[in-house]
Amino acid sequence: MLKSYEISGTDFSVAGEASSSFKMLLKKLGVKPEIVRKVSIAMYEAEINTVVHGGGGQCEAEVLGDCIKVVFRDQGPGIANVELAMKEGFSTASEKIRELGFGAGMGLPNIKRYTDEMKIKTEVGKGTQIEFIVYL
Amino acid sequence: MKLSQIVEKLNLKVVTDSPFEDREISGGYVGDLLSWVMGKAESGNIWITIMSNVNIVAVAALTDVACILLGEGVIPEEDVIKKANMQDIIILSSDKTAFELSNQIGNILKL
Repeated sequence: MLKSYEISGTDFSVAGEASSSFKMLLKKLGVKPEIVRKVSIAMYEAEINTVVHGGGGQCEAEVLGDCIKVVFRDQGPGIANVELAMKEGFSTASEKIRELGFGAGMGLPNIKRYTDEMKIKTEVGKGTQIEFIVYL
Repeated sequence: MKLSQIVEKLNLKVVTDSPFEDREISGGYVGDLLSWVMGKAESGNIWITIMSNVNIVAVAALTDVACILLGEGVIPEEDVIKKANMQDIIILSSDKTAFELSNQIGNILKL
């Protein structure tokens, strides 16, 4: 079952709605709570990154036979140094974003921690794609 | 322990409309940085924070915390309350600090 979501790059008040909507679907499908939790955390972090850094983008989330696969794409500035971005505490978020409680530098590390596979494709000036898988 | 007992003992202000009385409390988490809360708060926790923007509702919904407890007398804006009501999220408020609230809730729960 494939679900597609458009992620707004400007409206912070709706950030998290794709994650919330997919979470409800997983619960309805009877997916185990610990799996739902892992997917929800990873999706929310990726969704916030898409808003904060990517200027909006697209998300495709899919329930497959043995796993849940989620892909986020944006056409934002890309990540200059992925290794650094993966370090806990490193963030390029603005002061304004930090005042909202984001920008702790835990986004990508949280995605890695709560998923079984994670791939980042990024090009400076072109955008970023993050794909992750959680096994059922 | 039921949330209603904690609300009564600590005289907490209930900001939202959803029924809260029967929610079971498993413990708590304190934090204002949303990614930390996402990663650490557990289902059934009382989440104590002073952060009151609209994003706390999504974090509460995704982590399945029992409620958000705002310390230091913080009351969220009307749009936050409205969104919380739509998603069945409970928001409480108290004039006490996060430290005082943690300590007192910990004592009530005998943690």
